[in-house]
Amino acid sequence: MKISDRKEIVVVGNGMVGYKFCEKLVAKQGNEAFNITVFGEEPRPAYDRVQLSSYFAGADEDDLQMAPEEWYEEKGIALYTGELAVDLDRKHKTVTSQKGRTVTYDTLILATGSSAFVPPIDGVDKDGVFVYRTIEDLEAITKYAAGASKAAVIGGGLLGLEAAKSAMDLGLKTSVIEFAPRLMPRQLDEIGAGALKTALEGLDLEILLNKNTTLIGGNGTPEYLDFADGGHLEADMVIISAGIRPRDELAKKAGLEVGERGGIIVDDQLQTSDSDIYAIGESALHRGMIYGLVAPGYEMADVVVENLTGGEEKFTEFDMSTKLKLVGVDVASFGDAFGESEENSKKVIIDNKAKGVYKRINVSDDGDRLLGGMLVGDADDYNMLLQIAQNGFSLPPDPVDLIIGDRDEESGGGQKVYEFPDNSIICSCESVTKGEICDVIEEEGKEDIDSIKSCTNAGTGCSGCVPMLDDLLTQSMEARGREVRKVICEHFDYTRQELFDIIKVKEIHTFDELLDEVGQGDGCEKCKPAVASLLASAFNEHVLEERDTIQDTNDRFLANIQRGGTYSVIPRVPGGEITPDKLITIGELAKKYGLYTKITGGQRINMMGARVDQLPDIWEDLIEAGFESGHAYGKALRTVKSCVGSTWCRYGLHESVSFAIRIEERYRGLRAPHKLKGGVSGCVRECAEAQAKDFGIIATEEGWNLFVCGNGGTNPQHAKLLATDLDEETLIKYLDRFLMFYIKTAEHLNRTSTWLNKMEGGLGYLKKVVVEDSLGIGEELEIEMQQLINVYSCEWKEVVNNPELRERFTHFVNSDDVDPSVKFKDYREQPVPAPAGWKEKG
Amino acid sequence: MQAHENVKKWFKAARVEDFPKNGGACVKYRDKQIAVFNFTRRGEWFACQNMCPHKKEMALARGMIGESKGEPKVACPFHKKAFSLCSGENINGEEEPVTTYPVKVEDGYVYIGLTTD
Repeated sequence: MKISDRKEIVVVGNGMVGYKFCEKLVAKQGNEAFNITVFGEEPRPAYDRVQLSSYFAGADEDDLQMAPEEWYEEKGIALYTGELAVDLDRKHKTVTSQKGRTVTYDTLILATGSSAFVPPIDGVDKDGVFVYRTIEDLEAITKYAAGASKAAVIGGGLLGLEAAKSAMDLGLKTSVIEFAPRLMPRQLDEIGAGALKTALEGLDLEILLNKNTTLIGGNGTPEYLDFADGGHLEADMVIISAGIRPRDELAKKAGLEVGERGGIIVDDQLQTSDSDIYAIGESALHRGMIYGLVAPGYEMADVVVENLTGGEEKFTEFDMSTKLKLVGVDVASFGDAFGESEENSKKVIIDNKAKGVYKRINVSDDGDRLLGGMLVGDADDYNMLLQIAQNGFSLPPDPVDLIIGDRDEESGGGQKVYEFPDNSIICSCESVTKGEICDVIEEEGKEDIDSIKSCTNAGTGCSGCVPMLDDLLTQSMEARGREVRKVICEHFDYTRQELFDIIKVKEIHTFDELLDEVGQGDGCEKCKPAVASLLASAFNEHVLEERDTIQDTNDRFLANIQRGGTYSVIPRVPGGEITPDKLITIGELAKKYGLYTKITGGQRINMMGARVDQLPDIWEDLIEAGFESGHAYGKALRTVKSCVGSTWCRYGLHESVSFAIRIEERYRGLRAPHKLKGGVSGCVRECAEAQAKDFGIIATEEGWNLFVCGNGGTNPQHAKLLATDLDEETLIKYLDRFLMFYIKTAEHLNRTSTWLNKMEGGLGYLKKVVVEDSLGIGEELEIEMQQLINVYSCEWKEVVNNPELRERFTHFVNSDDVDPSVKFKDYREQPVPAPAGWKEKG
Repeated sequence: MQAHENVKKWFKAARVEDFPKNGGACVKYRDKQIAVFNFTRRGEWFACQNMCPHKKEMALARGMIGESKGEPKVACPFHKKAFSLCSGENINGEEEPVTTYPVKVEDGYVYIGLTTD
């Protein structure tokens, strides 16, 4: 194609939607047919504005970037950031930036987005009043917040609550001020908004409703707010999030039709009143509607790309269903959330105030179809409900069953994803249907999630549909009579459980032997640590002998790698009991090696910032002082946390500390499919938080109750009661069986909770195996556990005393120099990693 | 991996036995940190920059090596970003590629090929 045949496409706006347009266009057409020029007002290329709040949570700019500048270069796109398009000459078809750059277009795409709407409140121009929109806004807020103590967020919609979360994360006492009588008035009804308000207040966020702010008072900077009803609120920082205004000034100036309240008017092809100019995203006014979410913006980009490349597509109404986590509270709304689309629709409501959960669904008059609904506090049913509503599935006789939750674990009743019609959307971010995914699985033979993701793009956006992809894959395999095997990776056609048996039966002690015997290729980062864990669980031999390079880095250096490439050191403190002398040792060691110290959640002390070459020396000193490895780096038993117990506590029934120490010393060094944590509480007050552990032991009048399969972390789950009123010996017997059963049968990297959730028969089955010994393997499990316990030794002690192992703890293989990139700065009187580019003062 | 004919200088890094079997170690060359990997199972050696492009950590030498459909790779210990040791491309993401270096073994020593002096 001759250069002159290329069409000039100019995109004004480099936000998420403007970027998506470019991505879709080059994906569809390559960069042969078009020359693309992009203007962006912001100083950096497009970033993920939806994730802005994560910027506070420590993500850096690069994480948020949609694509690096090199991407544009590679695709032949001329990107001008920091250049606002100020002039549009429709007669000569040119766009001019504020820097005077003029480019000619054949087709112009206006993706100018929106700006924050700032209501004309008296005092709104003070320093310390911010909007919440760009990375620059966030940087300014972060800087200002350092000297502030109380934030007021004006606006209780979605963005306002996001802003409030960020203010709270910055350590500010925060209030949200909403003009309307309820939060999120566009998404939630009164009861739903009430449930959200209660939940947010429980998280220490103040919510003020029906408040019309009339004044931001103070001397130069905000000190207080006055409301129309005479109310008053102290605040030294204000964030305004009262809605958005489409950026239509360029279009308006050029004489394009715009809406009365802003927005560039477009038709179903997204053409403006000038057929060579399209508008997409938040600046477009389509059938009287501005879409303030990213998904419809992406859909618009897609429609324009289709139309520019010879297709015919229309943008009609867009489903605004959405599921969010607001300040940690689940909120979702889908379909016709308010039941306004049909006459006589019936609402079905669960308003569980005790649990802070509100669920509402709207069903058709005849009870046959689900129209839509809203969920607050628990949105687990969202995907399923959305599918039912979108596909018009028939409903159970009593629709309340749809939202009542799983009272009976695994009772089923829900429709299988595999039975959905082919055109049902599984991934709404990328608009991928069930049919497309099944084609990839069944026609192209892609039978793992990663391949399905890369072939269809499903699950690559918000990743909320990944569990459904997993179900779809499993169900598709089952439907075709294929065995579903959770094989570890391409190098072993076996499940973890099968490999464990092979290792034990054939007495295989190294990774290479196993690979030669039953595997193929050289292994990878998936199977190596899995096999390392199996070998450790099978024989409990030293993890570095002959197998250091198959361990994850933490196990390879027997310490946890941290930012900057240094390691943390955590010696075992059984039950959290430690003598003053040992405390002094830790303090002296931390000073000697310049380490940062912090108390861990598991009642131990973490010394951080050790260089790899320092590790053996530090451990030599620790072992000298009577410490041993805490296995904080391993998928292994970590800690058994305890309360102070009956020795001291006036409520304590039994000596929880002694029991915790006994248990921790029994299972120390035990390697498992994932980390293991335990807890022992001396009474029902449960100060050791034992019910949040893989195994929790709580004293009763008669003995001890044993709870299992709890955890904190990403998906907290309470431990479940396995047996009651046990004496110590019986409890240990059950614990031996439980742990060994877990080690032998769980998938790699599944915590006990996940393992139990997947177990057919659930807790009832586990009780039968462990307590009633229904499989007749109880004694075998106990013996296997005893064998592991018998061969325990401190792995750090071995390293310290073995010059050959010790030699491996260096940064460079050809030099004794330390890693010059490791730098520290002072932070609250302790050393912490210095960011890249940091320079020492003076 | 870069072709040997472009090499201007072979840097004598260390003895073969200084490197772990089926694993990596870091070599210092002037200001550079180069990760060298000993694929003992296939009798091959590879090298790349030690810095992972993702979070700019000096860590690839401590990463786990392996192979996918025959292509040798290393996974960064920080966030498991995997890089091909042939092309340097990020296999499971969109990070920048890493620079790779040719490696040869002669008389029990490992040499890294450098294209600049």
